[in-house]
Amino acid sequence: MSETASRLRGKDLLGIADLDVSEINLILDTAEAMKEVASRSIKKVPTLRGKTVINLFFEPSTRTRTSFEIAEKRLSADTLNIAIAMSSVVKGETLIDTALNLEAIAPAIMVVRHASSGACHLLARTCRAGIVNAGDGTHEHPTQGLLDAFTIRERKGRIAGLKIAIVGDLLHSRVFRSNILLLTKLGADVWACGPPTLMPPGLDRLGVHATTRVDEAVDGADAIMMLRIQLERMQGGFFPSLREYFTVFGMTPERVRLAKPDAIIMHPGPMNRGVEIASEVADGPASVILDQVTNGVAVRMAVLYLLAGGGENEAAA
Amino acid sequence: MKLLLKGARVVDPASGIDGIRDVLVDGDRISRVDTSIPAEAAAGAHIVELGPSLVVVPGLIDMHVHLREPGYEHKETVASGTAAAVAGGFAAVACMPNTNPVNDNASVTRFILKQAAAANLARVYPIGAVSNGSNGEHLAEIADMREAGCVAFSDDGRPVATAALMRRALEYAGMFDMPIIDHCEDRSLAGEGVAHEGFHAAQLGLRGIPAAAEDVMVERDIVLAHATGGHVHIAHLSTAGAVRAVRAGKSRGARVTCEVTPHHFTLSDERLRAPLIYDTNLKMNPPLRGDTDRDALLAGIRDGSIDVVATDHAPHHADDKRVEFDRASFGIVGLETAVSLCIDGLVHAGVIGMGRLVELLSVNPARILKLPGGRIAPGDTADITILAPDLQVIVSAAAFRSKARNTPFDGWPLRGGVAATFIGGRVVFANAAVSQAAGLERREV
Repeated sequence: MSETASRLRGKDLLGIADLDVSEINLILDTAEAMKEVASRSIKKVPTLRGKTVINLFFEPSTRTRTSFEIAEKRLSADTLNIAIAMSSVVKGETLIDTALNLEAIAPAIMVVRHASSGACHLLARTCRAGIVNAGDGTHEHPTQGLLDAFTIRERKGRIAGLKIAIVGDLLHSRVFRSNILLLTKLGADVWACGPPTLMPPGLDRLGVHATTRVDEAVDGADAIMMLRIQLERMQGGFFPSLREYFTVFGMTPERVRLAKPDAIIMHPGPMNRGVEIASEVADGPASVILDQVTNGVAVRMAVLYLLAGGGENEAAA
Repeated sequence: MKLLLKGARVVDPASGIDGIRDVLVDGDRISRVDTSIPAEAAAGAHIVELGPSLVVVPGLIDMHVHLREPGYEHKETVASGTAAAVAGGFAAVACMPNTNPVNDNASVTRFILKQAAAANLARVYPIGAVSNGSNGEHLAEIADMREAGCVAFSDDGRPVATAALMRRALEYAGMFDMPIIDHCEDRSLAGEGVAHEGFHAAQLGLRGIPAAAEDVMVERDIVLAHATGGHVHIAHLSTAGAVRAVRAGKSRGARVTCEVTPHHFTLSDERLRAPLIYDTNLKMNPPLRGDTDRDALLAGIRDGSIDVVATDHAPHHADDKRVEFDRASFGIVGLETAVSLCIDGLVHAGVIGMGRLVELLSVNPARILKLPGGRIAPGDTADITILAPDLQVIVSAAAFRSKARNTPFDGWPLRGGVAATFIGGRVVFANAAVSQAAGLERREV
């Protein structure tokens, strides 16, 4: 029986680091109810009716912003999308001034993506509105971590005790940081694998097995989570070529066979086919990559409901 | 005008004094230091009963500050910076050349000295740029700037860009027996880093500056100092590797000295996570390092490998810090917190005694920059700092004399502070909480 809180402690969701296990379970359990809403013919509940949610994206994003927007609409929130190209930041306005100006129209929540690690913390300290981190620099992407955990739990029935391999660009991945925090908190045996040039220091202090050998990471794994190689990093000389990267670290059917027979394959997207993952794996029967996208909406509905729903238990009614 | 400072503990390593003494100041000079100077021997003197809880030391010298003028007067001016200096116990400061325009020629040097004379507070010793515009290409007019009043040369804010330029600078400045002060950082390793490369930066998703970025540059400079016979002074040393390199360099006869800042020996990178996460007042260059580095700095302070404590006083406007961590300016102010951090964290913590602290804050900066001061002896200029080691201090950024407030120590309770600062026998700062009881007020004497 998992420990479950009845509410979240803070007004914000800035990262998995701030959540305890009971809060994580609360979000995942709430997401199950939210997923049921998505199965209805009318995919809408009145939970956030009359409340405004602003999606403030300082970095380009299609899938995360769309996922949040659908989640908001299904909760009946009034949504407003602000993208960097149309914002005053390009005119030199500071992040805080931008946020304070938006706050003057009284949103309940601001969903923020920003290229700087910690930008959401700065806003959370400044704004009365709840801040949901939709990815800050290379720090955290908590709703991605939560949807990954939700997907694993849905498929495997549990997370504790599972061997989960995370392979790819660990250094620059906010998804990775959220996932190691989340999965280790929930008792998984997490293996992190990538080239040493893309491996952050101190992984052992986080209770993660770090290795540069993919075969070791995926051997007997219950889930394999691939991370995107950011092609722009190629100029940084982190590895010699995409071809060599695929040879050494790419997820191929042969490597997948080292995992448990019922292992699932995950990827936060967007994928580079033939770089970090072979198409046969991405499109194969073990892939849950599109399930992750579906579950993302339910998890984000849960987060928004728990932060802005005001305790009105009507979401799943 | 005479002033008799009575009954305080006088700590003056240069004269070998650590005991209760009376100090007689006559005009701008110290005229006598003795176990007891009777009132009749100091006829006409204003007598100040200090008592043994206060410590009279040679005027403190901060050999690494940024006064921001000319060019960045919204951050600090020579006047506001020197007001902060005397409030922090510093009778003299050496200011780095990364102003706008850069202090790479005698006219800028003379302008800074003119502003300092007008402010008439701490003594100001400009440090000239090594290269024109500090851009690392051509040697600046070192002899001309020396003539105008520069006491050392540095491209601080940046490292001396190439080994070849560093070699030439050491050779050329060596002609005048003047030090090259280097901000040691291999930019190819540091990249766009904003925090110490380690566990904490990795967790916070902050781009790292590896310790090796400092270590390789320190090693480079020591090799070149040894080869040229020039004097390199390593600014704001922060890593265990740099301490080892300096220690080894000294043992093999290289002319290398170094400094450490109070923030680097007080804080480590763990602080980035609590109590305030992503506090831009913890963003400095070099960054706050790991605990083992901090321990190595304390060991270097204890065993004498580290010569100087300097603040790297880096004032910034609030707008420069109230932004995302990776967009915030590097640096914190230090002039008004240094003494309290040193007394609390080094003396009361048992790392060093008061005599060694005076070496770090006065004797050695004077020696390295060849300045007057660093001693309390008859005939010396009466630059004196009176310390109050047991004063309970709550750091208050709002009360700083500096224009800037960028400090991570706001609200810190510390034991130890400054009672008064004298320059040329003139009281330029007196802490009301301590000095009035002793009959000492800020005044012309």
